[in-house]
Amino acid sequence: MHSPIETSWPDAIFAQLRRVGIRQVGYVPDAGHSRLIALCRADPDIADVVLTTEEEGVGLVAGAALGGQRAALLMQSSGVGNCINMFSLLRNCGFACVLLVTMRGEFGEFNQWQVPMGSITGDVLRLSGFLTYRVDNAEDVDEIVGAGCDMAFDGNLQVAFLLSQRLIGRKQWTR
Amino acid sequence: MLDRRDFVRRLLIGRGDLLVVSGLGASTFDVAAAGDHPLNFYLWGAMGGTAMIGLGLALARPDHRVAVLTGDGDMLMGIGSLATIGVKQPKNLAIVVLDNAHYGETGMQPSHTKSGVDLPGTALACRFRHARAVSRIEEAAAVRALLHEGEGPIFISARIKEEDVPRVLPLRDGYAIKQRFVDTLNTA
Repeated sequence: MHSPIETSWPDAIFAQLRRVGIRQVGYVPDAGHSRLIALCRADPDIADVVLTTEEEGVGLVAGAALGGQRAALLMQSSGVGNCINMFSLLRNCGFACVLLVTMRGEFGEFNQWQVPMGSITGDVLRLSGFLTYRVDNAEDVDEIVGAGCDMAFDGNLQVAFLLSQRLIGRKQWTR
Repeated sequence: MLDRRDFVRRLLIGRGDLLVVSGLGASTFDVAAAGDHPLNFYLWGAMGGTAMIGLGLALARPDHRVAVLTGDGDMLMGIGSLATIGVKQPKNLAIVVLDNAHYGETGMQPSHTKSGVDLPGTALACRFRHARAVSRIEEAAAVRALLHEGEGPIFISARIKEEDVPRVLPLRDGYAIKQRFVDTLNTA
């Protein structure tokens, strides 16, 4: 059983995305983000865009900003590796970006194939110019995501949140 | 086969408030050669991302028409974005691929389309409403009309000659290109 606080962190993220006026959300489906994706899909004010690969989302963010809308991206840590060159679009033009990354390849990961990318995700994001904030506890989600979103959109900065495997829960292999 | 400069110039004649995103390399130079415009978003990098920038823009501004002009190499690198666009069905988005079947910036190595890989067929399979190839300059007027009035998503493969044309270099500062575009669109 989950306690209420554990099941509410995606709701806290969603409330912050609403507060800052996110109108487009790009995502590659991910179990850790499943509730947040469902909340976004159910919101008529948000265009949800399912991507074939994460770097498509970087272009989406830029296009949305050109049109005067704010966008956020949801992906798993493996997807960060797919985006590296495309991130240069954000830095070259000063596009604000809010990136919510569910972590794999750490803390009790059952599948070692996730570890090579998961173990370098934070470093890759920092090298790519992102302010990178790690979130380990559900009670910190609201404050950290809220503060980071404000920095992104007030300053046209790229901000990533690493939602740790301790926060989202170890993936259960057996079904 | 089309003269790329003549074709792009004809597409953008009397463009009004058409929003244009151009892919890196020759496509950006073609759009610049047709006349600099603050509603041009010129890419100098981000290969593979041009169509998705068009999608984000089209979703944000359903009151405007959006035209993506890019090369076959860029479109092939972002070919999955055709599927993503097919899901969203933006009525105001058109993609024009200036297809010379070669990677012109890197020494004219043949691209996948040279071997018959069918981009309009791919777009149709991805639920684009209109997708076809054009190779005669007389068809430019019809393509221009599609950009302004056709129901998207629209995909045009413009078969252009394999030729080197002089570079026409627009703004390269990404901040300046973005800010000029945003300021113009949001004060229009």
